[in-house]
Amino acid sequence: MSANQHDHTSVAHTEEHHEPMSKKRIWQVFFYLLALTALEFFIALALVHAGHIEKDWTVKIIYILLTLWKAYYIVAYFMHLKFETSGFILSITTSFILIVYFIVLLLIEGNYLKTNFNPFQFWPMP
Amino acid sequence: MSTTLSRLDKVKTDAWSGGKSPFNVEYGKIMMWFFLTSDAFTFSAFLVYYGSQRFAHLTWPDPDKVFQSIPFIADSGYPLVFVGIMTFILIMSSVTMVLAVEAGHRGAKKEVVRWMIATIVGGLMFIGCQALEWSHLHHQGFWWGRIPTEAGIPPETLLEPYFTHGISETAALQFSNLFFTITGFHGLHVSIGILLNIIILGMTLNNTFERRGSYLMVEKVGLYWHFVDLVWVFVFTFFYLV
Repeated sequence: MSANQHDHTSVAHTEEHHEPMSKKRIWQVFFYLLALTALEFFIALALVHAGHIEKDWTVKIIYILLTLWKAYYIVAYFMHLKFETSGFILSITTSFILIVYFIVLLLIEGNYLKTNFNPFQFWPMP
Repeated sequence: MSTTLSRLDKVKTDAWSGGKSPFNVEYGKIMMWFFLTSDAFTFSAFLVYYGSQRFAHLTWPDPDKVFQSIPFIADSGYPLVFVGIMTFILIMSSVTMVLAVEAGHRGAKKEVVRWMIATIVGGLMFIGCQALEWSHLHHQGFWWGRIPTEAGIPPETLLEPYFTHGISETAALQFSNLFFTITGFHGLHVSIGILLNIIILGMTLNNTFERRGSYLMVEKVGLYWHFVDLVWVFVFTFFYLV
């Protein structure tokens, strides 16, 4: 009896998902990523370094948001996750809520150490 | 002797008997995604630790002062330029990888080869640039467990060029350790990725995928390469920008 008719089950399935990512789309996403990166560099060099803006927490938040935005485009389009089934997207992305928790936790811990535990020698700028 | 199969012996192909791949994604691809998720957690742990160290110290080296050289062109005064070039190279290699995958979907072997070679070259250029960054920092006196020291010169004078809001030997040491560890770990991933890309290029040239009828393997290795680019985007932000 032939038992191996179904090796190629999923290989054929996946082909239909990939039409959306045409060459045109690929270059579009690339230029979008380039624009976001250029924006980061513009803020860093033309605004902060030139002295027009202080590097305070709002600037840092903007950097991080731009980075997350770039990450979304890489994962969704280049890695194709946007075109998979919603169940698969969830199975990959939901675990990262734990990272959010981890970040908050470690920043709180770090802050505690800063205020209560600083045995290291410190010299103010001359 | 009966020639019909009993129900127990028939090959089962319904969803719960292996006839359908979960989420309609091929097994190897799912496993690659799960590996990348776990690796993302490892990198997140490193980067979050870096963040907590920065928060725990009263001061921290200013990346604009530590990284302001362009190899072979300028020794100082140009913060962010070289790392910008590195970021651009890696994003470009990610684009060429996607183009290789797209060519694979059309079964266009020559194009797959062309774009894979471009990706490998981009990866090698990135690793070369990272090696230059490392050697520059190393020559200034930084390494695992080491910061610039010189007999007869007080540490705060030696370290002053790297700080903006106060000087600390411990902060400089932490920065040095974390920089080499995290970028080293990332560089290791890039190197492995280059190796995988070379293997896949060889398999393409060997007509392995033509015979299989699918370039799915290129796509799976492509996922790994994009992950490497993604990690760099975060490393770049947290070490050089924020």
